[in-house]
Amino acid sequence: MSIFVADEIAMNFGGIRAVEGVSFAVEPGEVFSIIGPNGAGKTTIFNMISRIYTPSAGRMMFDGADITNVPPHTIASLGIARTFQNIELFANASLLQNLLIGRHCHSKVGLLAQLGFTAAVRDAEIAHREKAEEVIEFLGVQRYRDQMIANLPYGVRKVVELGRALCIEPRLLLLDEPSSGLNVEETEEMGHWIGDIRRDLGVTIIMVEHDMKLVHMVSDRVMALASGRILALGTSSEVQNDPEVIRAYIGGAPA
Amino acid sequence: MIAPFKVSYRQDLLLAKTPAAKASYAVLLVALAVIPLVMGEFYVGELGGLFIFAIAGVGLMLLTGYTGLVSLGHAAFLGIGAYAHAIMLAQGLPFLISLPLAGVITAAFGVAIGVPTLRMSGLYLAISTLAFGSIIGTVLQKWDALTGGFDGFPVRTPTILGWKIQGAIGTYYTSLIVLVLVIWLALNILRAPLGRAMVAIRDSEISAQSMGINLAVTKSIAFGVSAGITGLAGGLYAHYVRHLAPDSFDILLSIQLVTIVFIGGLGSIHGAIFGAVFMRLLPQAIAMVRDDLPFGLGRTPGLEPSLFGLILVLVIMFEPGGINGRWMKLKHWCKSFPLHRRAASRRQKSYAKSERLR
Amino acid sequence: MESVVGLLQLIINGAATGCIYGLIALGFVLIYKATEMVNFAQGEIMMLGGFAAYTFVGIFGMNYWVGSGLAVLATAAFGYLLDAVVLRRVIGQPQFAVVMLTLGLAFIFRAGAGIAWGYDSVAFVTPFTNSIVRFGDTLVLGADNLSIIFGTLVLCGVLYLFFSRTRLGIAMQASSQNQLAAYYMGIPVRRVFSLIWAISAGVAAVAAILLVPVQMVDVNSGIVGFKAFAAAVLGGFGSIPGALVGGVVVGVVEQLAGFYLPTGFQEVTSNIVLLAVLILRPQGLFGQVIRKRV
Ligand SMILES: Nc1ncnc2c1ncn2[C@@H]1O[C@H](COP(=O)(O)OP(=O)(O)OP(=O)(O)O)[C@@H](O)[C@H]1O
Ligand SMILES: [Mg+2]
Repeated sequence: MSIFVADEIAMNFGGIRAVEGVSFAVEPGEVFSIIGPNGAGKTTIFNMISRIYTPSAGRMMFDGADITNVPPHTIASLGIARTFQNIELFANASLLQNLLIGRHCHSKVGLLAQLGFTAAVRDAEIAHREKAEEVIEFLGVQRYRDQMIANLPYGVRKVVELGRALCIEPRLLLLDEPSSGLNVEETEEMGHWIGDIRRDLGVTIIMVEHDMKLVHMVSDRVMALASGRILALGTSSEVQNDPEVIRAYIGGAPA
Repeated sequence: MIAPFKVSYRQDLLLAKTPAAKASYAVLLVALAVIPLVMGEFYVGELGGLFIFAIAGVGLMLLTGYTGLVSLGHAAFLGIGAYAHAIMLAQGLPFLISLPLAGVITAAFGVAIGVPTLRMSGLYLAISTLAFGSIIGTVLQKWDALTGGFDGFPVRTPTILGWKIQGAIGTYYTSLIVLVLVIWLALNILRAPLGRAMVAIRDSEISAQSMGINLAVTKSIAFGVSAGITGLAGGLYAHYVRHLAPDSFDILLSIQLVTIVFIGGLGSIHGAIFGAVFMRLLPQAIAMVRDDLPFGLGRTPGLEPSLFGLILVLVIMFEPGGINGRWMKLKHWCKSFPLHRRAASRRQKSYAKSERLR
Repeated sequence: MESVVGLLQLIINGAATGCIYGLIALGFVLIYKATEMVNFAQGEIMMLGGFAAYTFVGIFGMNYWVGSGLAVLATAAFGYLLDAVVLRRVIGQPQFAVVMLTLGLAFIFRAGAGIAWGYDSVAFVTPFTNSIVRFGDTLVLGADNLSIIFGTLVLCGVLYLFFSRTRLGIAMQASSQNQLAAYYMGIPVRRVFSLIWAISAGVAAVAAILLVPVQMVDVNSGIVGFKAFAAAVLGGFGSIPGALVGGVVVGVVEQLAGFYLPTGFQEVTSNIVLLAVLILRPQGLFGQVIRKRV
């Protein structure tokens, strides 16, 4: 059974039709990439899945349950994590704190217990810390552990955002342009991590990406989008050679 | 100096992480405990007032410095706490019940104010808390039946377990104890998921939401906790002034409270304390030099507020990190003494960052 | 008939006060649109304008029109310098820092005015002081209130022409809408922003001068600035006509509340209106929801 299904979803902003009748299904364990020119509606699809926007039409299913109308803060505990195109970290907190905020959906201690910082809260905190340290080790960012995000270089922030998403222990991970702003080596490293996350952690990934080399390296299937509509869906080479896709990239809007 | 090696994650969760820190806090506490035995009544009274403003400062710091929600109406919570406590005392409730209850009542008001403002962004939140504060201030001024009109409301001297909390010394010790408790509470919040959720909301609402943080609930709790702590300060303030005057909880007081957190340094409990110290010491310092000032400046009533404004302006222009920011830089400078580089502590400039969108 | 006339008088009085709110709110809006700063010292700048006019007309004994004109110019120059010396330096700092900064400035202005002009209320004779205008037999209105309304209308007309017809006005609009684009078009954005501060200070001075026949000037006159927030919010905090309409609405509602409701309500009316508007529409009455895109 597919882990995520979008069924004819659409999004209008006033007069702008950012996404129109898009349907796709993502299988467990695969890396599913979305490509398309600027303004194609890729980020909008992510924003619908993470429930920042409510689709104007259509339905979304995650793990067999309808998530079209669930409140946005419940998405993380359902097992969907995401990163943002322009990095939305908590800039005035340390790297470690950022990762611990990623653990928020797993914390179940009550308000009064927190006010008194009871033993139960302390033990839960230690468990979260252990999980966060695992992620720190996985990504090799130990030396930045206690640094403010605002003081970290862009490339490291990109990695931290990935780490924060991993702290959610998601089953579905949405990566919005993981390579944007990274140099060639950093992009390659990002590609390896994506591979590791899928292989070692068994996480399903939907990735929006412009770098075709990275897309080719990690994706099982690719969906090409232009002006809010699907142009092609298939393996990365199939999509890259699709005449419609080529035309969309070269000639702007599709015919 | 190299930071001592951390032994365990458990140690990271302690409030005082090194033996040195533990020792210095213990010394500070002991010193504060013996001050009334060696200092004059006047100074003890002023220090009691300082503790009360520090409590309110910690309350507001949680909301403004950590959750990023600006309140320009916190004097209202101080007033609600003060009147609730004084009225309950007058009804014969014991102090140990009345003061916490005043805190709880004020917290309820805080939530009631927090909920309608949940969807407001920075600027509108500031303006509407200002409006709320001035409404409550006016109500306290005009509601004679409650507040005793122009004559004010005499505050009853309470007893705790047979010990009369009287005069400056009584207020000093009760305020000190409440301050320590409140700081402990604030630090607990900050090392628990709630505190991190607050920080997350401050820095990015959208991504906080995607991390599973319920914005409405967290903001309401932040408002409630902040108001509740400020209400406790209000209850103590009633004892400090002994006679509640109907016009004492106005916009000016609200502005003083935000100034405490701002000058102290946003996002730091130390900052709230530093800010309160500054705020309460400034008038004393002015009083000391008043007679020596040229041109009769010392006699103008505007001297204190204008210096207050001037310092606020200078801090924002030249040290946006507040006193705490300066303190951290100083510590950093001492630690890395011969190797200090200016660039390390230079603030990054950002241009025209829009806050219309958050 | 009596009551209708009474009501009309109330409304005119309210509208006059509302015009003052509207003019101060207009200052907020101009600055906010251009620089995203909210000037909490706007009321105090108005107070300084009032004292300036008092100095020229009341102390130096100048002609009312000449002295007022000089006062407006002086206040505008003050606004320009304020931006050039202080506010320009905090661009890029969080909005809250600017709020605190202008609150600090308000304290300084108030104390400065106290040192310079003392703490007593002052006034000077204007052509509109204590004269009345009759409409028919029954309707008697104070020339003071009418002069406020008339003066506000004239000022708005002038501002409208300035912003739509002059090069500088158009440059200001462009800079408010898109700083970067304006900069690349060769508009000296920083100087334009200082001029916007000058205009809002000048408008505040006009408000202060219009208010003189009705209310004396003292160091606490700046308090009306807080009421003007209600006007600005009602108008959406981004629209100049909105700010004026908002001001008039607040002024009239306040008068009516003072007349029909028990004492104490008049003071809180503007704040209640403000809270009600923001609770029902958190983005302001005419504002639109804009959310950050991620
Ligand atoms: N909140 C919004 N309000 C109005 N229009 C929007 C909003 N969000 C997106 N749009 C519009 O929807 C369209 C799709 O935007 P989207 O951000 O999804 O593009 P994208 O495919 O992610 O592009 P890019 O590669 O540049 O990130 C664009 O035309 C954009 O202007
Ligand atoms: Mg995008």
